[in-house]
This record gives sequence, structure tokens and C-alpha cells, in this order.
Amino acid sequence: MTSLILIIISGVLVNNLVMSQFLGICPFLGISKKTETAFGMGMAVTFVMVLASVITYLIRAYLLLPFNLEYMQTIAFILVIAVLVQTVEIVLKKVSRSLYQALGVYLPLITTNCAVLGVAISNTTAVEGGYNLIQSAVNGLAGALGFTLALVAFAAIREKLAMNDLPKWMDGFPGALIAAGLMAVAFQGFAGLI
Amino acid sequence: MTDILIGAGTLAGIALVFGLLLMLVNKVFHVPTDPKRDAVREVLPGANCGACGFAGCDALADAIAAGTASIDACPVGGSDLAKAIAEIVGAESPDAQKKRVATVICQGTLDRCKEKFPYVGIQDCVAATVVNDGNKSCKYACLGLGTCVAACKFDAITIDPHDKIAKVDPDKCTGCEACIKVCPKNVLVMQPVDLPVRVLCRAAEEGVLVSDNCKIGCIGCELCHDNCKFDAITMKDHLPQFDYDKCVGCMMCAEVCPTAAIWGDFDHRKIAKIDPNECIGCTICKKTCQFEAISGERKSIHKILEACTGCGQCVAKCPKKCITLTVREHVRDANAKVGTSETVAAIPKADTKEE
Repeated sequence: MTSLILIIISGVLVNNLVMSQFLGICPFLGISKKTETAFGMGMAVTFVMVLASVITYLIRAYLLLPFNLEYMQTIAFILVIAVLVQTVEIVLKKVSRSLYQALGVYLPLITTNCAVLGVAISNTTAVEGGYNLIQSAVNGLAGALGFTLALVAFAAIREKLAMNDLPKWMDGFPGALIAAGLMAVAFQGFAGLI
Repeated sequence: MTDILIGAGTLAGIALVFGLLLMLVNKVFHVPTDPKRDAVREVLPGANCGACGFAGCDALADAIAAGTASIDACPVGGSDLAKAIAEIVGAESPDAQKKRVATVICQGTLDRCKEKFPYVGIQDCVAATVVNDGNKSCKYACLGLGTCVAACKFDAITIDPHDKIAKVDPDKCTGCEACIKVCPKNVLVMQPVDLPVRVLCRAAEEGVLVSDNCKIGCIGCELCHDNCKFDAITMKDHLPQFDYDKCVGCMMCAEVCPTAAIWGDFDHRKIAKIDPNECIGCTICKKTCQFEAISGERKSIHKILEACTGCGQCVAKCPKKCITLTVREHVRDANAKVGTSETVAAIPKADTKEE
């Protein structure tokens, strides 16, 4: 149980995907103009990341390891994530039209989100021999929540930034990138927590 | 070797299973969509640029099929796309969806509308307007300092430094109205791109004041109003107002305007043409013509004279449907009316008055 709590704290704060591992920077900059859409993206990523963690664990444990195919892990995981996102999209379209529309274009974007692949791979490398099924799922959840936290906080900062009268050379992405750097520095403060 | 085969085989197996799974899921969870919506989506560019204001082409296709977006909502596809969509949706004919562009309602170039004082301040129309209503002698004139040029994202507005008048390129204009919002003089308005005539002056003051300020301003003489045979012009604030539903495009108003404040699309002026093989000499067209431009006795083939304005009234009235409108090759000769000599030579287009 303590190990699970440690995984959550590690995933959300200390080893935050965006802020200290620098994964998933593309949606971090792309979908952080409004807190609402940032939160939507965060929820979509959470959903996919937990599922991907579970399924990649199963693929690894029951297919790759028995056949000594660990070197194929990256390709296999990408395949899993792509198929997973597609399936989720198709099912959502039928089952919950409103959620499908709320997630909108973000869902297919997750296919190419390196943070999802990053979590799947870190599940296998975090400890000797990799996390077990429960730990993998929790790590996926924690990573995604950390991603959401970073995304929503950054979107809030950018909303404030947009209101302010920045010099022209700082307006837009330059200012946002500096803010992102400062945020990363702040997250460094969690280092050594566990 | 076997290692490679096992690896490739396992991965291919996973891919196959996933592929089948995806297919199955797609079948089971298939959502039937409106075939009309799919057809619309098919013809849309598919770039998902979002210029229409919707979140991508799929969202626009939904909106068009649902009738909440107009068929020409996609600015990228232009009129061709609007036509294609109109066919699918079966909506109103694309003719009703004419492209509208920003038009500069002022012809007061520097040689026609003098400067009140040399303006040396910030090169911006809003700033210049604050200083005694701008530096052009007419307070309604386009100042030509380029506030609209800066606002235009499509590079559609240019200003000649010698003219100091904004000029809109109708091909580049997308009708986004950004320039209209920033113009302090309100000389930019949205108009259909293919109007036959336009009043290019908005000086709402008396003729003496206008003519003092500008050589090409509307002096409110009402000649256009008096000469319009179709009641399409009313006078308001010393300016003609066009009712484009009534206007047939005869361009008589532009022709009679003494100051050329009314612009006419003379390059595309029409002339009627009677098919001599079909004409039975019924004289209906002759009676219909308001410009005395059709000659010919009963039972003889009628002839269109050079006085024809291309208003097209005879076309609709001809019982044999043997009159068509074509673009004129020569400038209209107002003197070539019925009763005058028919041998009046048509003046070639190039020798016409400039405005």
C-alpha cells in the first residue's frame, strides 16, 4: 500500500511527466490556452493512460517476456496505444455522444502523445523487473494526473499572461515558454521528497 | 533466424488481432450518420484549418447538414465549393450566395480631394481623425493612412501613396470585415462583388459643400434618381440609395452622373441580341423597351440599336424567347435611338471617357 502511495506522489509531483521528464510537451503547449480545454485533454489522457498501462503490462507479461521479445517493446506499445485510442473513440462515439464531443479533437491527438508511451515504458523500467499490474495501473493514473495538473496550472498562467500588457517580443509563445521554464524550476522543489 | 521469425510473427499476430478487434468494434459500435452530412464532408477541403469558425471540417459538415451553417461557410473552398454543397444539400441556388467583399466608398484621391493641411502625425487613420476630422478637405473621405491595410490579414488592401485611397482586391478579400471594424471614417462597407453600379461617395451634405471639397463627390443633383426607369433609387441625405432588388443593371445612373460619383461596371455592360431566325415581328419587345432602343415595324424582324442599356426587360417579355443578353463590344451610344439615323458608327470602347 505504501508503495502505491509513493508511486502516486512520485508520478504527480516529483517525477511529473511534463515538468521533470519533459514528456508530452506538444499538448502541453498546444492545448493550454484555456483551462477548460486543458482539463478536458487531461481527462482524456488519464483515461487512455490507465488503460494503456494495464494493457501494455498484459502484452509485456504474457507475450513479450515469454518469447524474449523485450527489444520489440516500443513498437508493440505504440501499436497498443494507437489501437486503444481508436477503439475508445469508436466506442465513445456510440455510447456517449456528449463525452465524445467534449473530448473532440483531443482524443485522436493522444495517439501520438509521447507521455502515454513514456508511462508504458517507465512501468517496465521503474523498478527491477517492472511494476506489477496494480502498480502499473496506479503509475499510469498518477502520471496522467500529474500531466493534468501541469496542463491546467499552465493554462491558468497563460490565461493571466494573455490579459497582461507584455512587450511584443514576449507576447504569445516566448512568454509562455519562459513561464513553463519557471514552472519546471518550481517543480524541482519536490525533488528528494521520496 | 528463428528469433527474428518469432519476433516478427508475434508482432504480426498482435497487429492482426488488434486489426480484427478494431474492425469488430467498428461494426458493433457503428453510428449511422446522415448520408447528406457525409457527402458534404467529402467535398470540404479537409484541412481542418478552422477558418470557418468550427472545430474542423467534420464539425462544419455537421452544421451544414443540420442547416445551422450556410453553404458558403467555408472560406477556403470559395464559390465552387458552395455550389457543390448547394447541390448536395439541395438548398437555395448558389446565385443567392454571392460573394460579398469590402468596398471602399470613396474616390477622393489627392488630385480630386485636396488636403486641408499637411498631416505629419502618427500614420494611422484613427489618430488622424482625432486631428480636426482628418486632413482631407472632405470629412467623409478615405484618409488613406493604412489602418485597414494593417488590419487585413489577407493582404487584400493596398494604398497608392499618390492617391491616398484604400483599394480592395476583391479576389483576395475573404469578407472577414476586419477592415470595416477599424475604419474610423466608415468608408468600407460590405457589398456583393458583382454589383453593376455603386455610389462611391458618402458625403451626406449639400452639393455646394461637396463640390468645394471634392471633384468626384456626389452633389445630390438627383439626376440618377430621375433617370432610373425602375424606381431603384431614392434620395437620402443628399445621396442616392440603391434598392438592388429593383436594380436591373442598366447603368443609366452611372451614365448620367455628372461627377462620376456613381461607378458603373461598364466593362460588363450588356446588350440585347435578337435572333433574326426566330423573331416574328410582334413588336412586344419594342413596346417594352424603355430606352427606345428597338426598331422594326410589325411583321418585320426587329433590331436592337446601340442605345440598348442591357436592362433585359425585353428578354423576359419576348414570346418567342429569341432575345439574349451578351456583353457589349462597344460603348452605348445614347443618340442611336429609334428615329435617328441607324448608320451612326459605334464608338470603339477604348475612346470612352475615363470615368
